[in-house]
Amino acid sequence: MSIKIALAGNPNCGKTTLFNALTGSNQFVGNWPGVTVEKKEGKLKGHSDAIIVDLPGIYSLSPYTLEEVVARNFLITERPDAILNIIDGTNLERNLYLTTQLVELGIPVIAAVNMMDVVAKNGDKVNTANLAKELGCKVVEISALKGTGVTEAADKAVAVANARRRMIPQHSFEGCVEHTLAHIEEAVLHEMPEEQQRWYAIKIFERDEKVMAQLNIPADIQKHIEQDIKACEDEMDDDAESIITNERYVYIGTIIKDCCVKKNKGGMTTSDKIDRIVTNRFLALPIFAVVMFIVYYVSVTTVGTVLTDWTNDTLFGAWIIPAAQSALEAIGCAGWLTGLLVDGVISGVGAVLGFVPQMLVLFAFLAFLESCGYMARIAFIMDRIFRKFGLSGKSFIPMLIGTGCGVPGIMASRTIENDRDRKMTIMTTTFIPCGAKLPIIALIAGALFGGASWVAPSAYFVGIAAIICSGIILKKTKMFAGDPAPFVIELPAYHMPTVMNVLRSMWERGWSFIKKAGTIILLSTIVIWFAQSFGFANGSFGMVEDMNDSLLAAIGGAIAFIFTPLGWGNWRSAVAAITGLVAKENVVATFGQLYGFAEVAEDGTEVWGSLAGSMTAVAAYSFLVFNLLCAPCFAAMGAIKREMNNAKWFWFAIGYQTVLAYLVSLCVYQIGTLITTGTFGVGVIAAFVIMAGFIYLLFRPYKESNKFTMNVSSVDAKAKAKA
Amino acid sequence: MLTLKDISVGKTVKVVKLHGEGAVKRRIMDMGITRGVEVFVRKVAPLGDPVEVTVRDYELSLRKVDAQMIEVQ
Repeated sequence: MSIKIALAGNPNCGKTTLFNALTGSNQFVGNWPGVTVEKKEGKLKGHSDAIIVDLPGIYSLSPYTLEEVVARNFLITERPDAILNIIDGTNLERNLYLTTQLVELGIPVIAAVNMMDVVAKNGDKVNTANLAKELGCKVVEISALKGTGVTEAADKAVAVANARRRMIPQHSFEGCVEHTLAHIEEAVLHEMPEEQQRWYAIKIFERDEKVMAQLNIPADIQKHIEQDIKACEDEMDDDAESIITNERYVYIGTIIKDCCVKKNKGGMTTSDKIDRIVTNRFLALPIFAVVMFIVYYVSVTTVGTVLTDWTNDTLFGAWIIPAAQSALEAIGCAGWLTGLLVDGVISGVGAVLGFVPQMLVLFAFLAFLESCGYMARIAFIMDRIFRKFGLSGKSFIPMLIGTGCGVPGIMASRTIENDRDRKMTIMTTTFIPCGAKLPIIALIAGALFGGASWVAPSAYFVGIAAIICSGIILKKTKMFAGDPAPFVIELPAYHMPTVMNVLRSMWERGWSFIKKAGTIILLSTIVIWFAQSFGFANGSFGMVEDMNDSLLAAIGGAIAFIFTPLGWGNWRSAVAAITGLVAKENVVATFGQLYGFAEVAEDGTEVWGSLAGSMTAVAAYSFLVFNLLCAPCFAAMGAIKREMNNAKWFWFAIGYQTVLAYLVSLCVYQIGTLITTGTFGVGVIAAFVIMAGFIYLLFRPYKESNKFTMNVSSVDAKAKAKA
Repeated sequence: MLTLKDISVGKTVKVVKLHGEGAVKRRIMDMGITRGVEVFVRKVAPLGDPVEVTVRDYELSLRKVDAQMIEVQ
């Protein structure tokens, strides 16, 4: 029979390194059910029957953050056979806080004190024998980085898992707390297996709403317990949660005194010295700008683009596609099949893979910034600006990368821990004009504004305004207002990440893009290809040479009326907006084809005249705004789907973007037309109503919630079924 | 009432009590800011918020509005 071992520990304590050391390449990466938190499992090296489950990095088992709820739900419902608790030896005090909670679950615990090499180098001492006695579990000294003690820790975890001996916590709380806990166990939990009672009793004492809801305690018993808790709170002059937390830390204080000797108190470590410069009042922002410049310059401007262009233009454009084309023609393949394979499938695969090299370069940077400790400082430096719009200081990186390409920009949001901030960042990143939107800007500026220099900056202004307004509006909506976002974060000590860890993280993220986003990109490219190259010509359905005869043109004609209020309700613009979904720069080429040019320059000089004849300047600007803000290209949508990992949220994001684009463009056209020509009509009234609604949403009062409202019903149901 | 928000950079204070309730308070306590612990105010972010403190031998960052919940002496 296989055994399951949970790997638990604080963030930044070397958990990932240990997990990699324990499992090697034998890993499976997925998501915890229904949430965006990453879940990793792997087979333990040398024990083919043991599976290690990597829990999210957490500081506590409180019910308030997504990671904590995910971790504790796993521990209490799945009940792994053992917990391997990794502890940062250089910071025992805070790390042991989680340990004191883990040992109460009744599941056998092995404590692995990590970074023992650093502890020794600092001249400090940790007496693990005493620690084991105090905690009541086995303690192993390890260095995950150097690989020492790792096998021993794994062997011990397997041994305790197989022995199935219950864990007995050594710590007891103050008299009146223990008294109340005993009451709770007797009144509510007596039917539960004995070793599980203590953890639940403490949670009930803390009035943990998620546990209370799960246990469904009868009202009269609940009232009775509440009296006990209240009495205890009065005696201790504090609230229940504080009593428990305080006592844990007091208990840890006594353990530390027994087990740990620190050599120098108060001296400056290397990390302190680095931090004094890097987050210095005056130097912090310039240094931040330089770091961001390097990341952008290498991953977007130079190396990343060179690689991506090579993949698109040379590998696919010059080699694979022509080769496939001639090969298929040589064997006498039907024209439509050649088209499907070459223009549909191979181009679709190219669209997916084209992003990968650039993304890998970016991910390597991100992994480095994260594991060296600078990422946490970015949040520290930028928090003040971004939190106003419901974003995290770390949202800066996705937005910056988004100016190059939205796809890696969205993928970069993975570094944001807070679920709400991350979703908000994913939804708003693509508002920033990416590289592929620049040709559209050039087209509109050239065709209708005589190449005016204000058009391009105004596009960026529109993008930034859309982000800021969306942030403010969305954070007040039901979807976002529910979950609190406490910004109380650890600033971990700086350290040099290992090459292996950086590469592994880079590859994991890149692969997950190929796998999860690839399908949607491929499928939608094929669908658009079909609509573009098939249609009715000369009275029969088949492949068409001229795009004017295609299904897509017919669809464009049918839906063009939707865009009439925006000022560009002609079928050519509608078709261009649709092909823009494949890749934004297609908008220009499509206009070219529709006006009868086989090939046009990047800014579409050839069609400027025809375009200027077909719409007014205001309408053209409205078209530009719509294309900037609406649903991004399929690749970016794939990335959104991957990062949201939830159909509801994916459609909410796409829907929000498109509706916002529509409304803003409508206002631009109607009010712009009113100003330039004085035409007043229903559309103008609608525009003013929309503006009023927009301003209301922007300024309506709201209060940040204190409750964390993750849906745990499915987990609870499972727990009940087991109980 | 003197709170952690009022303490200038470079000073060490002792926590008297935590006010408020819910997620933020619990998070602050979980991170080791509990009654009686010594907190050293290390620096303020370049834009004036949040602050960085040393508590229980590690670096913690929190916003000034949240620091206001922490009564110190």
